[in-house]
Amino acid sequence: MATTERETELRSPSEPLPPGATLVSKKRGFWAWINERLPLDEFIAKELTGYFAPKNFNFWYFFGSLAMLVLVIQLVSGIFLAMFYKPSAVAAFGSVQYIMREVDWGWLIRYIHSTGASMFFVVVYLHMFRSLMYGSYRQPRELLWLIGMVVYFALMAEAFMGYVLPWGNMSFWGAQVIVNIFGTVPFIGTGLTQWIRGDYGISDATLNRFFALHVAAVPIILLLLVMLHLVALHQTGSNNPDGIEIKEHLGPDGKPLDGIPFHPYYTVKDFVGVGVFLVIFALIVFYVPTFHGIFLEKANFEPANLLSTPAEIHPVWYFTPFYAILRGVPNKGIGALLLLLALVSLLVLPWLDRSPVKSIRYKGWISRLMLTVFVISFVGLGYLGMQPAEGIYIILSRFCMVGYFAFFWLMPFYSRFDRVKPVPDRVVYHAH
Amino acid sequence: MRIRAHQRVVHALVLAAALAAGAGYATRALAEGGMASDANWQSWKANANVADVASLQRGARDFAGYCLGCHSLRYERWSRLAHDLKIPKALLVKDLIPPGEKPTGYILSPMIPADAENWFGKAPPDLSLIARLRGTNYLYRYLKTFYVDSDRATGANNLAFPQTAMPDVVSPLEGLKIPVYKTIETPGPNGKMIEEKVFEHFKQIAPGRMTPQQYDQFVHDVVNFLDYVGDPEREVRRAMGVWVILFLLGFTWLAWLLKREFWKDVK
Repeated sequence: MATTERETELRSPSEPLPPGATLVSKKRGFWAWINERLPLDEFIAKELTGYFAPKNFNFWYFFGSLAMLVLVIQLVSGIFLAMFYKPSAVAAFGSVQYIMREVDWGWLIRYIHSTGASMFFVVVYLHMFRSLMYGSYRQPRELLWLIGMVVYFALMAEAFMGYVLPWGNMSFWGAQVIVNIFGTVPFIGTGLTQWIRGDYGISDATLNRFFALHVAAVPIILLLLVMLHLVALHQTGSNNPDGIEIKEHLGPDGKPLDGIPFHPYYTVKDFVGVGVFLVIFALIVFYVPTFHGIFLEKANFEPANLLSTPAEIHPVWYFTPFYAILRGVPNKGIGALLLLLALVSLLVLPWLDRSPVKSIRYKGWISRLMLTVFVISFVGLGYLGMQPAEGIYIILSRFCMVGYFAFFWLMPFYSRFDRVKPVPDRVVYHAH
Repeated sequence: MRIRAHQRVVHALVLAAALAAGAGYATRALAEGGMASDANWQSWKANANVADVASLQRGARDFAGYCLGCHSLRYERWSRLAHDLKIPKALLVKDLIPPGEKPTGYILSPMIPADAENWFGKAPPDLSLIARLRGTNYLYRYLKTFYVDSDRATGANNLAFPQTAMPDVVSPLEGLKIPVYKTIETPGPNGKMIEEKVFEHFKQIAPGRMTPQQYDQFVHDVVNFLDYVGDPEREVRRAMGVWVILFLLGFTWLAWLLKREFWKDVK
């Protein structure tokens, strides 16, 4: 009796049930009561045990679930930080030190949150790179990519405002620089920056509103967008390293031949990824929480000071590729325009790629070369954005900018003419 | 308690490593000692080691004796310091805490900031986070490169922090020294020779109460202490991290076994 119940639970809804059996009738008591009122079993059957994912996912497919994990880590650690943090220009810096030194486990919670911020971007950048490699942004997943990009923009806003909260000197001057970018908007620039800051300069008013946005507004938007991202993913189904639609090869039972149920196969697999990721995470939290001044900068161990500018102002590492673009040209307005273009280029990517194949595995040498150029340019810009804005650094950053934009805006041409390899009918998978 | 036991293991390991490194360090220190090494003051290393509790205790004593008059540690409490540095409470009250202050209070300088600004042009900074802001090597170089400069209102200047507002309060210990420069001629743009003054070494003009070795130890201890104050949880964190990572490795191993089992039927 128990075995039949179990079998019924694991059965996907598309599968015909044995005569006389129904999903609900086999259940008794509490769970039946729940399921009559909330479609819990139906949800699990549709989105987990009955959601088929390609069986050939590789290393690069860990980062989606890891991004969700980091989101949860940030929400939970952030709630505890907000219990002790004081959002005022007078008390903010001291309250962070209070958390670090006197709140029980405060140092742990705060280092988890600060490490989490950087690791969020590590994971998201690798997740986006996966998409670039395997053409996950291509038809029919354009909207999935677009929602993902909006998640990324919301994450940037969230991270920027969070970085201002400790009210260190680098927080303060970094905020000056970033808010001033909005001052380049024609006609309304000055008014816009005042509206963002709530003052004529970065001040107590700015800190207060950034706190409100960081702990309430943007997290709610982020959660909503992540939900939409997942709904869109489950509508089209996952892409895979071969860039083949598994839905085009269904078995007699109507299931994709190259698909496996997300649960249990990918839930257990993702747990391995989670384990490895958390080991790296813990190594940083416990042994190099400042990551040699990259995750937590030295100049931020000094309270915000309007009269003392840090020797070199630059944003945290995850913004430096765009910062390098911003300051790579002498004209501030054009710099801001290029920064905007750099972000818009990502948005319109699905419509730039004209290759007959999706995955880099079957694209030709030009596409491979251009992707390599893009990665080198992006990492290069990230490094150069942390260096002083002078001499060789500026010249190199211009080369990297050319590489960055060439990847996107030459794509309509090179992706069409590049010689592609024949795509196999079914996904490539070797059982372990 | 487990952390304590683990700490002992870590201390033993650190001690063994220190003994091994110590021999090398001693010979290098001897080689670098004396005037010849002054010219490379920019590469001096503090060699801070927050596991050296004896050094931290001396550093706390010296901080209270020589720095606290002007500089606060406003984020650190006396009681916290005594606990972390294993200083008995009786000794803390008797020797370290200024009269009238409570052990639970923060380590605050009695100097009034407005006065300080009048006297020095700038209030002396709080030093709770100075080691994290500037790094220990900088602090070490700063405390070792004061020199007599009659052009300055305080009569003192500094190589690591030129035009520093801080008077040379360590001179009673270290003595007074003046910089000796050598003139280097380098060919300029138009074939003309440009004369450049380059710092060569310090010349002691009055002895202090300490020998150079004692003073070096003094600076090392104070910098070490400031390194501890900048990040007082560091030792707890490092000791705990090992167990967290071991647990996570065990978790990952189990997850891997589970994954392998499930994936056996994926063909």
